[in-house]
Amino acid sequence: MIDIQLSEQELNAQVCIDFALSGGAGAVDVFIGTVRDQTQGRKVVQLEYEAYEPMAISEMRKIAESAMHRWPVQRIAIHHRVGTLKIGDAAVVIAVSTPHRAEAFEACKWIIDTIKQTVPIWKKEIFEDGEVWVAAHP
Amino acid sequence: MQVKILAFGVAKDIVGSRQFDFAISDHTTVEALRKNLHTQYPALEKLASMAIAVNGEYASDEVIISSGDEVVLIPPVSGG
Repeated sequence: MIDIQLSEQELNAQVCIDFALSGGAGAVDVFIGTVRDQTQGRKVVQLEYEAYEPMAISEMRKIAESAMHRWPVQRIAIHHRVGTLKIGDAAVVIAVSTPHRAEAFEACKWIIDTIKQTVPIWKKEIFEDGEVWVAAHP
Repeated sequence: MQVKILAFGVAKDIVGSRQFDFAISDHTTVEALRKNLHTQYPALEKLASMAIAVNGEYASDEVIISSGDEVVLIPPVSGG
């Protein structure tokens, strides 16, 4: 079972964990990506996330489906935030359940690594003295 | 023909709007569209990458764009 959400509201990690819990699972691995207060020493004020929403959802679903083929995953929840985020806010929550812990760690790491490569979501770092779209330029 | 193009992230800043119309000839491929866009908006060429999605899927260079397609500029993604 897969639960994919894009939301302008604050993310609730417990909702993802509750979704992932299943009788067949011996492990739930959770990843929470949060807004850091600095990048290379520059103080970050806030982050702005935007998404090409229909494709962001379909790409996250493809990633979840691939993970279910690669590992004996029971359930996956991926919730991603869009809009303006403050320091410490959760930008993404992933919860993955598997029968044993090793697969849960591996699947969760692969999911977040792949999200960062393929899902059409962009973040702009707003500094005290400027702003930049992350990873835009080489 | 005219295609409607959506731009996100830094691509939106470069082209100046979320959505714009762009004139292309019939049978234009994704590769040719990218070249035309680079001519019109040279700053796009300076990006680390710029994928193009057609109708909600990443499109390879040889895909031909048809009238009515939803074409989207996808600069380097940075979710998570």
